[in-house]
Amino acid sequence: MRGHQCKLDIKNGCIDLSHGSGGRAMAQLISGLFHEAFGNEWLARGNDQSAFDVGGGRMVMTTDGYVVSPLFFPGGNIGSLAVHGTVNDIAMAGARPLYLSASFIIEEGFRFSHLKMIAESMGEAARSAGVHIITGDTKVVERGKADGLFISTAGVGVVPDGLDLSAENARVGDRVLISGTLGDHGIAIMSKRQNLAFETDVMSDSASLHDLVVKMVEAGGHGIRLMRDPTRGGLAATLNEIAQQSDLGFRLQEEAIPVKPDVAAACELLGLDPLHVANEGKLVAIVSPEVADAVLAAMRAHPLGCDAAEIGEAIADDHHFVQMATSFGGGCIVDWLSGEQLPRIC
Amino acid sequence: MKYVDEFRDKEIALGLAKAIRAEVDLARPYRFMEFCGGHTHTVSRYGLEDMLPNNVRMIHGPGCPVCVLPAGRIDMAIHLAMRPEVILCVYGDLMRVPGSQGASLLKAKARGADVRMVYSTIDAIRIAEENPAREVVFFAIGFETTTPPTAIMIRLAEKKHLSNFSVFCNHVLTPPAMQNILESSDIRNIGGVEIDGFIGPAHVSVIIGTTPYEFIAEEFGKPIVITGFEPLDMMQAILMLVRQVNEHRHEVENQYRRAVIRDGNLRAKEEVSTVFELRDRFEWRGLGRVPYGGLRLKPAYTKYDAELRFGMRELCVADDPACECGAILRGIKKPVDCKLFGTVCTPVTPMGSCMVSSEGACAAHWTYGRFRDHQQRPVS
Ligand code: SF4
Repeated sequence: MRGHQCKLDIKNGCIDLSHGSGGRAMAQLISGLFHEAFGNEWLARGNDQSAFDVGGGRMVMTTDGYVVSPLFFPGGNIGSLAVHGTVNDIAMAGARPLYLSASFIIEEGFRFSHLKMIAESMGEAARSAGVHIITGDTKVVERGKADGLFISTAGVGVVPDGLDLSAENARVGDRVLISGTLGDHGIAIMSKRQNLAFETDVMSDSASLHDLVVKMVEAGGHGIRLMRDPTRGGLAATLNEIAQQSDLGFRLQEEAIPVKPDVAAACELLGLDPLHVANEGKLVAIVSPEVADAVLAAMRAHPLGCDAAEIGEAIADDHHFVQMATSFGGGCIVDWLSGEQLPRIC
Repeated sequence: MKYVDEFRDKEIALGLAKAIRAEVDLARPYRFMEFCGGHTHTVSRYGLEDMLPNNVRMIHGPGCPVCVLPAGRIDMAIHLAMRPEVILCVYGDLMRVPGSQGASLLKAKARGADVRMVYSTIDAIRIAEENPAREVVFFAIGFETTTPPTAIMIRLAEKKHLSNFSVFCNHVLTPPAMQNILESSDIRNIGGVEIDGFIGPAHVSVIIGTTPYEFIAEEFGKPIVITGFEPLDMMQAILMLVRQVNEHRHEVENQYRRAVIRDGNLRAKEEVSTVFELRDRFEWRGLGRVPYGGLRLKPAYTKYDAELRFGMRELCVADDPACECGAILRGIKKPVDCKLFGTVCTPVTPMGSCMVSSEGACAAHWTYGRFRDHQQRPVS
């Protein structure tokens, strides 16, 4: 990062293999684009790693890879998504997210201008979540080998003393809360996929949930058993996973599950179930019945939880079924999806 | 959702359920087969079984075009797709359907076959235009509903003088399959078919109308109600079937008047008859060889027939001998009666046709209904 560097031609330039070579071009890319976007004291030191303070409590760590297509979608892009996703994984432990790392695998030919937009929205997402991207890595691969750009992240945070959110804490009679409408992210993405493009105003719900979590913990304390963000696989996968881990079943009320009319309509058209569609800014909380109302009220008072709802309860069930009373009056199981969810032909 | 929510209204549903309960004769069974997987899906997804009296039983029939596609035809498609010059265009839900020994188009794609998921026949034409040096084959599949778009596409390819485009034709016909279910030769092995009426395919009838089912109602004495896919459609159709049974009638009635007329869509039927003709026999997964159960291209269009163009050899692959699909499709057994259900055969590792697509009888029961095998009490 030292020595003479000419400026990147952000407007017209693109990634070539030299930007991953470890030489001057790479240094120029990192300082001229990523440091600009993420700017903080740790990065400015220019080390391959950063030492940092964590304060009291237990530390949590998470890692994740982002390979979304398309890279830009209504309501965000792969960069902001990578920050939100990693922050949320930390926040679901009830932790305060502190630091992130970001590693970029970029395809030869990728435009600087797009990379800049992505890096800037990452920087912006990190600043508004109060976390710092303090270390990173850049690799460039040949054209056709990375679908444009992949990002992988790691994140650390600190759990306040005494707080322990985990699936084995759940008990029969606990309530299931959801922080808002389901399926927004998945439908926003699908509406922009090649061959499937359809008109909708649905925006991705991609958002950092750490602040909402703080408010919920204030209201519910130890009554909050666990939290999860229902990303890929949707609410169905998340609840099935929790059911297995907690050795319980769940009983949901379909009527109570919030879904935007536009999302419901798009799902109808594509033959998908909103319960299987991905979310990036929602959380599920399993809470004791005593604190359920207080936690729900705290969620509703927060902008990211204004559509929060109680949607069901934990029941004893050796088979770990997630059952649902349908809004039509019958009953069914809400199962994991088998393989990828694909539109039906008829 | 305007025009959809109206067909999912709980109060009306409860009213219909009450009417059904009031009219059924508790001294006799009512066994109704829904032929289409879309109906099976509705029954399972909305938990309609919980709303019906115990002596009214729904039998999940052949399902959808994906479930009835035999493994041999998937193997044929995989062989074709592995040819370096071929781009195979398929609808997404075909990707996971198992051929023999667990092979699938999804796995073939991972091994290097150029398999592209398309959402309409037009995409396949576009891909052919964009790749003049490759052979683009469209994997055509479906009941009467999806046949007209294939016919129109073949005529469009002709108009555009596309020489690198062909169709692997797997279109099948529903009335011969319904007939086959009622008079199949393996009845001797698996016992008599006990069906008191049919919920008839809705989308199919939008194209072919209701007349092609009249001979079944007439000759086999079975009431048929052509029905929409919304839960209220089905509840109303069940009530209509109960009434026909009680009154000893066996007619084709049309519950789905908002989309179906007696003669169907004449323009679409004409397109189909211009391009396609009957095959003497076509294998249906779970049903075996169904006389006149499928379509192929007419002689004037054989240059678009991938089977001829690539000299494709017909492959026959038997389902696992323990698989009970044949009996399940005819309403003689239930999914849980199969030893493989939920053990080796699940939606992730389907062994037979009923588990292949989400609309098959076994897959629907596994995905939505298996809690009933462990507790008789419905949720609510
Ligand atoms: S469970 Fe599987 S093997 Fe058994 S009948 Fe159903 S599809 Fe066939």
